[in-house]
Amino acid sequence: MIELKNVSKWYGPFRVLDDCTMGIAKGEVVVICGPSGSGKSTLIKCINGLEPFKLGTITVDGVSVGDRATNLPKLRSRIGMVFQNFELFPHMTAVENIVLAQQKVLGRDRASAEAKAQVLLERMGLAEHGAKYPAQLSGGQQQRVAIARALAMQPDVMLFDEPTSALDPETIGEVLAVMKALADEGMTMMVVTHEMDFAKRVADWVVVFDHGRVIEQGPPKQIFEAPLVARTRDFLSHLGWHGESTAEAEHATRSAKGA
Amino acid sequence: MFAGFDFGILWANAPFLWNGILLTLQLTALAVTGGLLLGVVLAVMRLSSVKPLAWAVEGYVNFLRSMPLILVIFWFYTLVPKLTGRPVSGFYSVLIAFIMFEAAYYSEIIRAGISSVRRGQISAAMALGLTRLQAMRYVILPQALRNMTPVLLTQSIVMLQDTSLVYVVGLRDFLTSADIVASRDNRPTELYMFVALVFLVVCFSASRLVNRLRRRYAL
Repeated sequence: MIELKNVSKWYGPFRVLDDCTMGIAKGEVVVICGPSGSGKSTLIKCINGLEPFKLGTITVDGVSVGDRATNLPKLRSRIGMVFQNFELFPHMTAVENIVLAQQKVLGRDRASAEAKAQVLLERMGLAEHGAKYPAQLSGGQQQRVAIARALAMQPDVMLFDEPTSALDPETIGEVLAVMKALADEGMTMMVVTHEMDFAKRVADWVVVFDHGRVIEQGPPKQIFEAPLVARTRDFLSHLGWHGESTAEAEHATRSAKGA
Repeated sequence: MFAGFDFGILWANAPFLWNGILLTLQLTALAVTGGLLLGVVLAVMRLSSVKPLAWAVEGYVNFLRSMPLILVIFWFYTLVPKLTGRPVSGFYSVLIAFIMFEAAYYSEIIRAGISSVRRGQISAAMALGLTRLQAMRYVILPQALRNMTPVLLTQSIVMLQDTSLVYVVGLRDFLTSADIVASRDNRPTELYMFVALVFLVVCFSASRLVNRLRRRYAL
């Protein structure tokens, strides 16, 4: 579905992305994690061409993103994106937010676009909130409207850029639940997140990112139970991951003593 | 207090003064509308990633902003007939001058307004598949215009007051009409008080109207 090959990008002399290679198949959930400022968000924004990149290739469903001849608006309409700060349009109600691109990009008429919006809001547990403006909704509700807005375009793949990082702890759960439900329905998803529980339970593949490089990738079992790279373990324990990584550490200490 | 004043003179000259008011309001309405439209176009060009376009607009804005309005009016009065090869009425040459001049100021206000909208908004709009222009039209400009209405209103009121400069090309706006009556009948105090009162009423109503529009479309 999505294929990244040797992608590199610079901000001036600073290399934000360093030779990144990864892929995601249809119906898969890939979680990208790594320390703040490591380039995860930049990477995900390269996939729908919101950020340009210098070297390498990115293809989405066979279409090359970096190719000048590619119709980016058309490609983007097939890739849903959810942002850290929701980015709902504040001058529009929840329904209007979901209707806008359906009308202007897909050419749906107002009635069917509104019907679609209503169905999606119900799915998000927000049936009562359609007429409200973003400022009248909580962070978790806003993010669910943003997910509905992306889903209204019937995308082939959904990109999530730290969807819960700007949320209060009590509303994180409701957004993660919606995302898990999406994954269970077979949606292809690429998720940048610090939510390691989500990664462990939902991801098919986990990519660990640091300083613009993929330092390790593999199935969650490998990443969380037997990471091949020490830096992965550091990062996970930094996030307070006290699952298998603690046992690992103890094991490591014991064998060190034994030696 | 008003002993010795003769306000009957206003009534006696009402049709003449009314024509002046009409010209002033008409010119202001057309110039503000045209200036805003051209201002939006200039602001978008100024923010464009096509550098020569942005530079051209920057030059235009800096040039016009460093000129006194009265000079711009003179230019257009002498320049437009030469360029088009036929005489142009004072009204149209002045209107073009006002639109070009105001657009320079409006475009700077609008540019600041556009920049005040969070960057993520345009990313979100484009991520949905909207083109850059659609994102501007449906997402960025509505928010930007809301942020900048107070400044736009102030600029438009200045524009209203500047219409009195059209006397240099022989047009009779409100102030000029009043001035003609004042000097002919030697009644400057009454006339100038009346002019001040009308300007006050017009500006006050305009700001009330804008505030009501803002409230109606506010979040």
